[in-house]
Formats: sequence, C-alpha cells, structure tokens
Amino acid sequence: MSQTFIQEPLDKAAPHVVPAQAVTLNVNGEDHTIQIAPWTSLLDALREYLNLTGTKKGCDHGQCGACTVLVDGKRINSCLALATVYQGKKIQTIEGLGAEDNLSPLQQAFVDHDAFQCGYCTPGQICSAQGLINEGRCKTEDEVREHMSGNLCRCGAYTNILSAVMEVLHDGNVVVDNGVLITIPVAPTKASSAE
Amino acid sequence: MNSFTLTQATATDEAVRDLTSHDGAAYLGGGTNLVDLMKYNLERPTHLTSLGLLPLTDITSLPDGGLRLGALATNADTAWHPEVEKRYPLLSQTILAGATPQLRNVATNGGNLNQRTRCYYFYDLATPCNKREPGSGCSALTGPNRVCGVLGTSESCIATHPSDMCVALAALEAVVRVQGPDGERTIKFEDYHRLPGDHPEKDNTLKPGELVTAIDLPEEGYADHFTYLKLRDRSSYAFALVSVAVGLKMNGNTIEKARFALGGVAHKPWRDQEAEKMLEGQTASPDLFRQVAAKVFAEAKGYGEDSLHNSFKIELGKRAIVRALKQATEMSQVVNPNVFLNSNP
Amino acid sequence: MSQTIATPPTVRLDSDVLGKPISRTDGPAKVSGAAKYAAEFGVTGPLWYGYIVSSPIAKGKITKIHADEVLAIPGVQHIFSHENVPSLAWFDRNYKDDVAPGGSPFRPLHEPEILFSLQPVALVVADTFELARYAASVLRIEYDVEKHNTDLEASIGEAYDAPRGKTGFMPPPKPKGDMDKAYQEAPHKIAGEYIHRAQHQNPMEMFATTVDWLGDGKKMKIYDKTQGAPNVQQYLMKIFSLSTDEARVISKFTGGGFGSGLRPQYQVFLAVMAALELKHSIRVVMTRTQMFSFGHRPHTLQKLRLATDDLGQIQALEHKALHETSQFENYTETIVNWAGVLYPSPNTNFDYQLAKLDVYSPLDMRAPGAATGSFALESAIDEMAYAANVDPLDFRLRNYSYEDPIENKPFTSKRLDDCLHEGAARFGWDQRNPEPRSMRDGNQLVGWGVAAGCWDASMQKAAAKAVLSADGHLTVSSATNDQGAGTYVIMTQMAAQTLGLPMKQVTFNLGDTNMPAAPVQGGSWTANSVGAAVKDACQGIGKKLLKLAQKMDNSPLAGVDFEDAQFVDGYIRANEDITRSVAIADILAASGEEKIEADGKAGPNPINMLKYSMHSHNAVFVEVKVDEDLGTIHVTRVVNAVAAGRIMNPKTARSQVLGGTVWGLSMALMEETYLNNELGRFMNHNYAEYHIPVNADIHKIDVIFVEEQDDIASPIGVKGVGEIGMLGVAAAIANAVYHATGKRVRELPLTSDKLL
Repeated sequence: MSQTFIQEPLDKAAPHVVPAQAVTLNVNGEDHTIQIAPWTSLLDALREYLNLTGTKKGCDHGQCGACTVLVDGKRINSCLALATVYQGKKIQTIEGLGAEDNLSPLQQAFVDHDAFQCGYCTPGQICSAQGLINEGRCKTEDEVREHMSGNLCRCGAYTNILSAVMEVLHDGNVVVDNGVLITIPVAPTKASSAE
Repeated sequence: MNSFTLTQATATDEAVRDLTSHDGAAYLGGGTNLVDLMKYNLERPTHLTSLGLLPLTDITSLPDGGLRLGALATNADTAWHPEVEKRYPLLSQTILAGATPQLRNVATNGGNLNQRTRCYYFYDLATPCNKREPGSGCSALTGPNRVCGVLGTSESCIATHPSDMCVALAALEAVVRVQGPDGERTIKFEDYHRLPGDHPEKDNTLKPGELVTAIDLPEEGYADHFTYLKLRDRSSYAFALVSVAVGLKMNGNTIEKARFALGGVAHKPWRDQEAEKMLEGQTASPDLFRQVAAKVFAEAKGYGEDSLHNSFKIELGKRAIVRALKQATEMSQVVNPNVFLNSNP
Repeated sequence: MSQTIATPPTVRLDSDVLGKPISRTDGPAKVSGAAKYAAEFGVTGPLWYGYIVSSPIAKGKITKIHADEVLAIPGVQHIFSHENVPSLAWFDRNYKDDVAPGGSPFRPLHEPEILFSLQPVALVVADTFELARYAASVLRIEYDVEKHNTDLEASIGEAYDAPRGKTGFMPPPKPKGDMDKAYQEAPHKIAGEYIHRAQHQNPMEMFATTVDWLGDGKKMKIYDKTQGAPNVQQYLMKIFSLSTDEARVISKFTGGGFGSGLRPQYQVFLAVMAALELKHSIRVVMTRTQMFSFGHRPHTLQKLRLATDDLGQIQALEHKALHETSQFENYTETIVNWAGVLYPSPNTNFDYQLAKLDVYSPLDMRAPGAATGSFALESAIDEMAYAANVDPLDFRLRNYSYEDPIENKPFTSKRLDDCLHEGAARFGWDQRNPEPRSMRDGNQLVGWGVAAGCWDASMQKAAAKAVLSADGHLTVSSATNDQGAGTYVIMTQMAAQTLGLPMKQVTFNLGDTNMPAAPVQGGSWTANSVGAAVKDACQGIGKKLLKLAQKMDNSPLAGVDFEDAQFVDGYIRANEDITRSVAIADILAASGEEKIEADGKAGPNPINMLKYSMHSHNAVFVEVKVDEDLGTIHVTRVVNAVAAGRIMNPKTARSQVLGGTVWGLSMALMEETYLNNELGRFMNHNYAEYHIPVNADIHKIDVIFVEEQDDIASPIGVKGVGEIGMLGVAAAIANAVYHATGKRVRELPLTSDKLL
C-alpha cells in the first residue's frame, strides 16, 4: 500500500537569487556598511555580517524574544526585521548597552540577582527591560511581569529577572516580594554519626 | 525563504503601482507576520513593496466624532494613544492582550487585519492544508486541533483568525479603508474577513493590489462598559483559545446597546447580531447572559473530545461570554484572567 | 535556627568562599553579550553554511533527490545525502556515545530509509546562511511512503519489558509479599491511571556546530552545543577515524540543555562530515522545528495501586509504567523505582515496559524518569491520604522510609523529614482546611498541595588540572560543561577555598577536549564529580607548595604534614599554631618555579555504593487559585525545601531550584507536544504553540536548603541540585487543584479544558 510523497518545487519559475547590495546600518552609534540581499534579517546581519553575536537566535520566528534589540529606543524582535529597511534608524544591541568590564545598571542588576542561568536569553531580556524602562509605562510587579513576557527563559529565572528589572526601574527603592532563600544548617545524619 | 527584490514606497498610490507592476509581489508592513511566513516558506513573494515610509501612521479625530487609525500606526502606538485609551479603552486593552511589547512595537494596524491563521497544519508544509494548498485536504479535522475553530467552519477548513485587535474592531463596528488599482473604497469590518467555505485560501475580501490605508472607528467607544476577556494556555504571549470583546451602553441595570465579538473560535472575529439583540432593552442578569451564550454556540461544531481537540471551546466559549458580559456590566473586570494580579481586589 | 536572606547578598571576595552566595564569574560575559555560544565563533578563512533538510514523512524510503537543480544555483557548494555520504565506520558501537541507550544508534544520511518524521535527509551547503536556507527550500525529494505507527495507546499489546543497556538504568525492583492479596484485604485503597504525552527539552539555544577547518591535515576546532564536549569528541573520533588533535571539541557556553545535549546531535555529525569532505569551515544550526526531531520525554502511561491499614500505613504499593521508544534503540529511564525508595510497604509490585514506535528515541529531559514517576506517585499518595483520612503531610511522615526499603540499605543522609517540617512551617500548612473546596479568595477557589521528591546523589569519573603560575594566579581546567548550572563559579570557589586564594586570583576553564576529561553534565553529578576532581588537583598543588615551603631556609612549616596544614588568605599555616605560616607568594618566589601543576581526579566509591543508598530529597508546597468557571489555574505561591548535602553556592543553587520549580509548573500546566498519529508527526513544533511559562506565569517561590553532612555520598559532601528542584512540583500542583476543586486530574498538562 505504498504511496509517493513528492516535495514539489516551491518556486515554479527557475530559481533566481537577488544580488547583494550595500546596506548601511547604524549600530551602537556607528555606521556599518555590509553587502546583503533584501532577504537578510536584521538578526542575521548583526550576527553573521557584523559579528555582533550578543543578539541571540532562539527561534528565528518572533516566538521567544532572544533577538530583542532597540531601534530608536524601542524594543523589537530583530529576527522578523529585514535589515535593509532599518537603514537610517538607530539600532542598539546588548554590546551597546555596556561592556564586560563596564556594565550598565541593568546588566549589573542581572548579575547581582542571578537573573539568568544559561545566559542565552539574557541579552534579549536586558534589551527588553531597557525598552520597558524607556517606555515609562510599567511600575508594578504585575505590570513588569506582563511586559517582560515577550522574552522566554527556559532556565526559569523569571523571579530573579523581575527583581533585577524592578531594582533598576525604581532605583533600588522597591523590595520585590517574590520569594526568599532560607538555609537550615547541617545536622548530623544517621549514617555519618554511626561511623 | 526565497529571494526577492524590495522597493520602499513613499506614497500610497506609488505603493499600489509598485505592487501591481510586479508579479508575485506583496506589501511589507511591519513584517512581523509576513517575514515569519516567508521563513517557513508559506509565503513566497518575489517582490516586496515596503510601506515603512508611507504617511499612514497618524491617529486622527474624524468630523463625525469617530477616530481614524492609520494603517501603518503600530499596535503599541495605537494602544497607548491618548484618544484610544480614553475613548476606546476596549481597543487599547485588546491590543495589549495580544503578542508582546516587541511585536506590538513593529506590527501595524493594517498588518494585524491581514495576519494569517496559526493552525498547526497551515504552518507545516509537510501536511495537507486547504488554506495553504487548495484541494490538498484539511489535516485539522481529525488531528490535534486545539487551536482551531468551532463556529462557521467548513469541511475544507476549521482554522481561526488569530488576532485580538480584530475582535475589538468587530465589536466596535469599525470600517476598513482600502486603496487599490481602481481607487479607494471602504469595507464594513464584519465584511472584511470571510468564512472558509470552499475557499479557505482566502482570508478576507480584499481585491488584488488593494492596500489597507486606515481603520475608522465610529463615535461610540463603550468606554463606560466594556471588557476583553482572553483565555489561553499561558498568562501571556499565547493566542486565544477563546476571547470575548464586549461593549455595552447601560442605563442603570438595563442594557441599551450591546456589541460583542469572539476570537479564537472562527475563521473571522465572530459576531452574532441576533445574540446582541437579545441583550438590548433587557435587564442584565446571569440567566440572560447564559441564554445569549447558548444562542451564540447553538450551531457550533466541535472536532474531537479530548484535550488535543477543540470541542471544549464550545463550553468554554459559553462561559467566557457569560463572564465577559458580567464584567462589562459591572465594570469589575479582570482583563486577563490568566494572570493572577496581586493588586487585584 | 535559620537564616533568611531576601536577596542573596554578594559577599566580599576573600578566600572563605565555599558555601557563600557569590555571583557567577561568567556573569559579566553573559550579560554583555561577550559569552560565545557554538554558532558564534569566528573561523580561519571563509565560512560556509549548512542547512538541514528534514523528512516530511514518518516512515518510508527516499526514491529520488533532485540535487542537480539546486547545485546549479551559484553559491551552492554541495548537497549531502545518503546518495553521496562518504564511507564511514560500519559497526554500531562506533556510533554509540557515552549515554546511548541499548540498540543501534541513528546514523544521519546513512540510508534512504525514513525512520521518523523530521529525520535529517540532506545537508545543503552554500556561501551564506540565506542561500543555504533558500536552496534547501527548493530541493525536491521523492519518497515511497509506508504505513507508520506512532500511537502508544494503540500499541500497548506489543509492549515488552524494558531491557538493560543504558548506563545508569535501574530495572524495576523485584516484587515483595503478595500485592493483590494485600490490596484486596486492605480497608483503604486507591487505584489510578496517569498520563502525560511527549515533552521537548527546548533549550533556548538551538543546536549548532561551527567547524573551524584549520588547513593542517584534518585538524578542526569543533565548536558544538553540547552538555559534554568529551562525549562528542569520542563519538566523532570513532565515526570519522579522527585523533584527539583532529577532533578538538569546544563548548564554552551552552544555552541550556536539560538533557537534550547529553548525546551528540546530528548537526555535529553533519558539520564535521561536510568540513572533512569539503575541507572547509562550516556552520550548521538547527531550526526550532528541528529541535523537535531528536528526542523528547516520552509519552508515558502509568498505573498505581495503593492500600493502607486503618492507621494509614501503606500495606500495598504497585507502580507500572509504559512509554514508547524508537524502532532502533531501547530508551529507558527510571520511573517506577522511586516509590520503593520513598515509601516502605510490605507488599509491592513494579512493572516497566516499552513499545516501539516510528519516532526518534526519547531522550533524557530534566529529572528523567523521576519527574514522570513523581507526578503519578505523589498524586497517588495524596489520593491515598484522602482515602485513609490522613493529612497528606502527616501521611508522608507516617510512611517515612528511614532506610532504603528496596535494598535494605541505610541512606548516607536523608533530611526529607526536615524538608517537610520546615517547608510546612514556612508555607503555613497548619492553616489548611483539609476539606476540598473549603478555601476561597473572593470568587476563586484556593488549594494547597504538598508532594515529596527524590533523586540520585551520584558521582562519575572526572579529572581536572590545576596550574599555579609564578604571579600567584591559579588556573584550573576540566572538560566539563556549564549549561547554566553555575559550574564556572562553583569550581572557582572550590579551587579558591582549597588553596586559600581570593576568587579574583583564580580562573576556572571548561568545555574543551584539550582539558582533562569530565562526564557529560547531567544527572546532577557535576558539582560532586568535577568539584571533587578540582579539589584533588588543588590539593596536589597544595602538597607541592608545602614541600617547597619546607625547603625554604628556617621554614616555619618544617615537619608539618599536609593534613595538618591549612590554606587561608594566601598563606599556608600549621593547624596547631597558625603563627607558623608562609605566604604562597613567598614560596613561589623562593622556589624559582615558573609554574606548579597538578592533576586531580575523582570517581565513585564502589564499596560505599554497595553499602549505602544515596539520594537527594525535597518537599514542595504550593498554593493554587482556580477560577472554576473558566478553568484557569494560577500557582500563586511555592515553597520548595531541598536536602541535597552541602550547598556550594546558595545563590546559584537557589537558581537551580527556582528553575526546577518553573519546570515542574510548566510540566503541570503547559507542556505537551501534540503528536498527530495520522501524520506520525509532532505538530506544535515551535515556541508559539509548545507552551513554556512566561514571566507573568511565575509568582512567589521560596527556596529552603536543608543542609546535610554527608561525606559518604560525596568526598566534598555535595549531592547536586540540578534535578531535585523539579520533583514534586507537578504533583503538588495537581494535589492543590484537587484540594481547591475536588477534581482529581490524572492527565497532564492541567489545561483549563480539564477543569470544565
């Protein structure tokens, strides 16, 4: 009872490829000119052509937020942006927010609160948080949770992300009630005390 | 993704001309849906007419008391526009219940109308799907179809329209302004999207080359009695299983005018004008709301009983209508019941 | 006496660092975008891109690949498929990695047969990523389709007892007493069937490999996403006949794994094959859809029967499980054994079966087996407690195992009772009205639930190397991994503590096969195994330093044995008289040595393993609020109390438990991969429709560490916390939902429709 499944060619016409053109992107305050065709996403332009790999690819379809960058101060998913139409706009990536030896307040708060584990969603979370602060709309824990929900974190660092964002949003004047750590000291055990 | 050329148009008629002069061309708005579809090879345009430079981003008051939303205003700018927040809070909250801040910062109002279904099969080239490839069959009829519709479906397609914003626009009785090769025209919102019937490949009634230029809201914004209730599989960043947008005019406990629409259940934002009439002139009560909910889903058809299948949407939809009407009458709303709000009374 | 820390403070960096809440040493690199993941490394010379083509069918055979049409596109370099794959190793054993289950491992592009949907069938190589992606989209492939079977519930009749074969797999315990008789005669009894479908690990970083072709013979630097570079290296060496020099595998940062990176995935095979054939650098990155193509937590059907006497003492306990495996391997995990460890019963029966389906082999996913078994077991315990009219917390204490009831061995340490007590106190369990539907908050039903968990405290062979340079900087390395667990910082702490150096004077490197071998990061064994190896290496340095110190003129440390010396704040001191001390800097200066090196190693103690049962435990308390009309469930509060030996870093360990809690919540309420049996294909193969929690889903989570002294389970007293935090969570949520609504849901995830 065999049947055939044929993947039909998606393009009936002969395949053609549009040549690359010079595209100038303003990233972190500097103009960069690269040779790309219109099919290059802003995310791939940053990662593969400009070696700015801080911006992450987690799904490539706008479903995770790892690729979040700021464009004219607003947070967007760079994976769904065609680079060529972002010429003339001010693009800011994680590398533009602060460097390893000169962290921005948000970056420092993420370290202090252990607001990440594997670190892969982290640049997107931080850019998103910066966008949230720029928007000036959110103040409460609930608002920040909702407006940070465009960034998935598979490690589950959400409570610490909330703490980090709230700290910077309120200049350290708000204590977030999202859980404590309690340590109960060691007690001798049966096995070791029997030794 | 296939290869394509791209033109950045600067005026609406230029955009229409550019698109119609290229075979296999598509309009590019914010790109949040189109680029996604292109990456999955679901859309294969060979030319894009980019609309980013068109002067269609304004939100302006109309002489008749309504409000015009530019087609290229972003969802975020629309939701947070002072006039929208004040006069059409239903629309504002509905937009904010959809997608994410990142997507809303880019997605345009026009593009929101034209986004395509999230049916699993439409999104997977390896599976039969009449919407994607007419005549190939509908895998959703029997397969997992939790995301699919129960109202106005056909044997060809049970896909849903995924928008939140459009559910509010349906309840608000917006009018869509379009410009095409033959000039401008307007489309009543209820006529903009269509049911699948035998042609599920067509989502809406746009003619070839037509471009959405604006969405006009009538004067009535139901700012005193409204709600958007969205039920989904997580608190945020998920498409609706069922959603209900309600706008009411109340006099005391009497409903003078009622408009509501449902999302997540049909190929288009679902309005039932007979059900709306059942509310008008009546005293708000749980019994009345239950009767209305029963009427809306009287003809509903589920496609499978377990949790991978969507029959549960019929009961959930009824309950959502009852709750949404209650919230709108009392204005005691929990806008997003998926979210536990610490600050909620 | 307990210490409460709202936000763990950062301590001042001195040499007393072990057990302190120190921020990750790799943190600044991660928050600034400087940390490089597999797809982000530059190469020497130009880079080509490979794009993987996946099978649209679940079973059948490729009959034709129209490669010529695509090769004609300028910039397309090559198309690999079964038609032109080079001659490679023949025997199955060459394809077996360290953690492979029994059977014949899948060989990418080996043959035209299709064994599962989304099977990789071709690799298109082109000059740019965009071109490779495009070329892959126009590659026509013809298949003969055969009838597949992916339906577990329809395959119960063909199930067979799970065979051995996978390292670490424990077969079900032997039965005790007379289960059926005891069950029938008991005054209180319950029986339940529990189910969850496939779940996918879905780490944020998609699987990726960048091969840097060095142009020197077959030498490559292979940057791979993995939880264990050495495992990948061994796999590649055996298949492609490569030396360790030729196949150097590097994995500095891993964007999450959760089990998915335990085995080498097919992108590394394809990338290395292409690099070798084309003698060119190449990058291959999977798509998110392809992340659903190489393993998952299996769809599992479980049956439990429990019975107690009138005092609520368990008299009969039976746990059976069945899940799928692929046609080519016998994937196993430990599901039914935990009941026997946690709860003594005179009459028991356990059963564990597999059924072969046309899917890829399942793959370990955070707390494999235990997360599955724990949900069913701890739900059943709750049902049993209600049936016996005993408080669910009290029930667990009444049926507490003080020694391992299966093997009648003592636990090396077990403070589950303290977890239950401390967790209950923090949660306020004594305020609970046990009656279902009795607690409300406005129009929402409130439910409180509890569950316990158990995981192995295990150890693997690991090695490390320490180098102390003349300037006093200590560099320690081991080819281990940090998928987010905190390996970088805890190993730095371990090294700093051992030699009494400040953190800033210590660097820990990992993820390079040029470093001493370490096991894959899994099973919660990294902290224990690698930590002990790091300590051993540093002690090796310490011994050499002491000897050098004793060679110094008038050494104050003359005659002091290593065991009687301490390393504190840059000094070696005699325990008995700490004024007898020498600065390490002075020792180095006096010695004239450029550097001092030492190797360290650690491994399990087989005698202890025979004598003792070694486990970590936890107790989880949750509060849910349920909108009964709409079926929505909010987890508003969680207390997760964990006993896992010594905590090396409470800051990062807490994060592990927070993550585990989120995973448990995710399993309870959201995660499910929808398998279409007609198509033999997972359908929600993306992040939009495969739901994991977002920030708005997660509320207050208290973490309690009940520390244990345990020098038997581990030479450094550590049991690991990667898995344990997830356990109990899903059951506690389901139990809380029962308490809130009176509805017992035995099928996960607990989506709203199940409460309507």
